[in-house]
Amino acid sequence: MDKPKAVIIGAGFTGCATAHDLALRGFDVTVVERGPIANGTSGRTHGLLHSGGRYAVDDQESAVECIEENLLLRGLVAECLEQNGGLFVALDESDLEYARRWVQSCERCNIPVEQVDVKQALAWEPNLTSKILAAYTVPDATFDPLRLALTFAATAQTNGARFRLFTEVEGLIERNGAIRGVRCQERTTGKSSELYADCVINATGAWAGKIAQMAGDATIVVKPTPGVMVAYDQRLCNRVINRLNEPGDGDIIVPQRRMVVIGTTSFEVDEVDYIPVFEDQVQMMRECAIQLIPAVAATRQRGAFMAARPLIGSSASGRSIARTFKCFDHQETHGIGGLVTITGGKATTLRAMAEKTADTVCAKLGITAPCQTREYPLRSYREFRGSDAYQ
Amino acid sequence: MSEKWSLHIEVQRQKGKEQPHFDRFDLEISPEATVLDAVEMIWAFKDRSLCFGHACHHSTCGACGMRVNGVEKLTCITLISEVTQNGGTLRLQPLRNLPVISDLVVDLTPLYHRMAEVKHPSVHPVEENEGVASQQIAQAGKSNNPYTRLADCIECGLCISVCPAAMTSPAYIGPAVLAGAQLAVVMDEHVCAIVDTQNGVWRCHSAYECSEVCPSHVQPAQRIMQLRRHLLSQRIRRFFGLQSLHQRKQ
Repeated sequence: MDKPKAVIIGAGFTGCATAHDLALRGFDVTVVERGPIANGTSGRTHGLLHSGGRYAVDDQESAVECIEENLLLRGLVAECLEQNGGLFVALDESDLEYARRWVQSCERCNIPVEQVDVKQALAWEPNLTSKILAAYTVPDATFDPLRLALTFAATAQTNGARFRLFTEVEGLIERNGAIRGVRCQERTTGKSSELYADCVINATGAWAGKIAQMAGDATIVVKPTPGVMVAYDQRLCNRVINRLNEPGDGDIIVPQRRMVVIGTTSFEVDEVDYIPVFEDQVQMMRECAIQLIPAVAATRQRGAFMAARPLIGSSASGRSIARTFKCFDHQETHGIGGLVTITGGKATTLRAMAEKTADTVCAKLGITAPCQTREYPLRSYREFRGSDAYQ
Repeated sequence: MSEKWSLHIEVQRQKGKEQPHFDRFDLEISPEATVLDAVEMIWAFKDRSLCFGHACHHSTCGACGMRVNGVEKLTCITLISEVTQNGGTLRLQPLRNLPVISDLVVDLTPLYHRMAEVKHPSVHPVEENEGVASQQIAQAGKSNNPYTRLADCIECGLCISVCPAAMTSPAYIGPAVLAGAQLAVVMDEHVCAIVDTQNGVWRCHSAYECSEVCPSHVQPAQRIMQLRRHLLSQRIRRFFGLQSLHQRKQ
């Protein structure tokens, strides 16, 4: 029997991880992406592999997902990770007040948290402000975003998945009320082509609402919510530094190579193809960073960038797999066959998002094939073959 | 809110097998924006067929290297104000000595493959001499350094594009790969067989252009010279019947 065919739109974290999962489940997979790998939100992340601590108080489902995936990815993608851990630090009375609830919540979510002496924290991280009142360790890590996506893409490619980069989807092919493929144009040559599939997977993140609209389904509402991040030109800490309070603006500093990156802000936009970096937000990030690491004041800014989180609108009626991300079968949302949308989520949970998406696709097509991505060893990102991915 | 400059941007275009040519775009942009911002704006607002490489937008991924007015730049951290003036021209071209996919994009994956062959580690311990972080290493004790970090080399290809030796000899493995070999934890016979050749470490003309354009502290030229010294000492040891030193030499 022929393999079931899947076309995935988008080669960000979700698209690459879903390609890997479906290839292992015996699918004939083609990924179409209008640009290079991870050129949208995925590439422009903070690079923080979350311990889950950030979500432990307000969103325990997300927190549990994060710690589970964090521990799993450490073994799977070590080649693109700095595994130095993180610190949550309290700077004022309000932080100390929050700490009590936070520690209990982390325990409930199985996030290993340990209070350390302030002197010990400052010995580990001498650039940390001496004003800290309390410090806790968490298993945070830093990842390289492009290489994380490439690791999944390279493994998928090794297992037969095809990547067609710089190939933009211009429309969906519909027959008898079901999506049967995509019409696309190769941006490198201008040539148009059609790809047929048993199932099309919309893994376009902040752009997912637009692809769903191509299928006539306006019920999927994605609110692109950008935030700014600023990189400074010195490795001022080795562990991720988190402000110990409710999630807010500029409360996380992530070390990466010889830089530190602070983030982030949060505001809503309608158009995500180009989002300018606003100078006032960059200034605000700098002030937030100086509160945690005063040496930022004397450090050269290296870059500032903006990424649009794909937050799911409250009017969406799709089946909630978890609060962090949602997978919609358009048969259920709008009576359209052959189309599944995955959106929301965060980089740390890319593998879990792919697993749930592949489960949905398999259930839809009546295929029984277990997920193997928890244990299946990943290839090196360096094995990705551009010669097979560029037209 | 902020000042805007008017720029004339000339972009090298190439689709399929056609000959490269230049397209011209006029753009209003903040001098504090990056060259990559300008490219992304051209794509978003003027010409959706433009192809360019990018991912992280903060110099950790190495995907957005281009030639800007003839000079290799990582465009995500190159400010408009650093490379032109109000009313000025920006000429954007793809990197040289790497396969051009289309317009401003080159295929960097052959470089990744070579980096894998010479066993350049993508993650390594934080070293003692690395700026401010060194205090922590000192405190942790050198022998028990608990910290790792992603490598300096972001495999962006800028050094290969600027290298005059790479220009004259396509078989030359190039500065990034030789620097990668020098940084390999164990330089075994397999790595030596790749680098100790005519198209390896001995092809370099010592132009030092690679170190000039490197956006990421690698100093490939200095590493190539260290690699030569190491390989020569190996030869001398072999000549006198001594065991070769496969351990990394700083």
